[in-house]
Amino acid sequence: MDANIINPFIHATSNVLEVMAFVSCKAGPPYLKKDDRAIGDVTGIIGLTGETNGTIALTFDEGSILRVVSNMFGEEISELSHEISDAVGEIINMISGQARREMEENGRVFQASIPSVVSGRGHAITHYSDGPKVVIPFTTEGGEFAIEVCLEF
Amino acid sequence: MSTSLKILVVDDFATMRRIMKNILKQLGYTNITEADDGTTALEELKKGHFDLIISDWNMPKMTGLDLLKLVRSDSQYKDIPFLMVTAEAQKQNVIEAVQAGVSNYVVKPFTAEAIADKLSKIIG
Repeated sequence: MDANIINPFIHATSNVLEVMAFVSCKAGPPYLKKDDRAIGDVTGIIGLTGETNGTIALTFDEGSILRVVSNMFGEEISELSHEISDAVGEIINMISGQARREMEENGRVFQASIPSVVSGRGHAITHYSDGPKVVIPFTTEGGEFAIEVCLEF
Repeated sequence: MSTSLKILVVDDFATMRRIMKNILKQLGYTNITEADDGTTALEELKKGHFDLIISDWNMPKMTGLDLLKLVRSDSQYKDIPFLMVTAEAQKQNVIEAVQAGVSNYVVKPFTAEAIADKLSKIIG
């Protein structure tokens, strides 16, 4: 999978969290993931169709998502709840939108599904394609999270 | 700019409705009603007059674009300013929204300043 696919997701993730939650994050080196186990405690998943098909997952550990959502709402949120799940769905929706705009500028047009959210420690992330699962880990002040990109190519 | 305007905020995500309400309150607007998709937005419109609709695009049951088309085709609602706030900003989306009569367009993620700027252009 080339950098023209990965980079839009890195740019979009950093920008969405900075603009909506005032959270700075640092991307680590991408790697390939072999199993379905989520790194985080709550995961948003969105399907992509178009030039190719696949899914993007955004998985947060508890510390990182509590910091992000607390900042978004302007009040302290101290536990994982339905409102956290709702926020993760909206965050991945925004990341998907921005990444697809950047990919469109590179001549790749995708449409996105309405996101779904799964939570619970050690839950599985199911990607709906057989492509390689590329993980981009991020660190923030509150904790860690990762983007998984799985597209057929 | 009158802050007594009655505003209908339409989004299927409670998170985004909450963020938008927080921003509108910061800007002095407190008369805000929420709807979680186009269908419930139409129900709210039937209940009483609104001065502004702020709507997401991607929603179940009825999208923001379909809501916009219905609003613009109804003599009772056609003049209500309509701000589309959405992650969908690919060229074709913008063209569709403009053709359907959107008043202005904000792309997510957005700042409070961006919302204030768009509102000043729509409602003065």
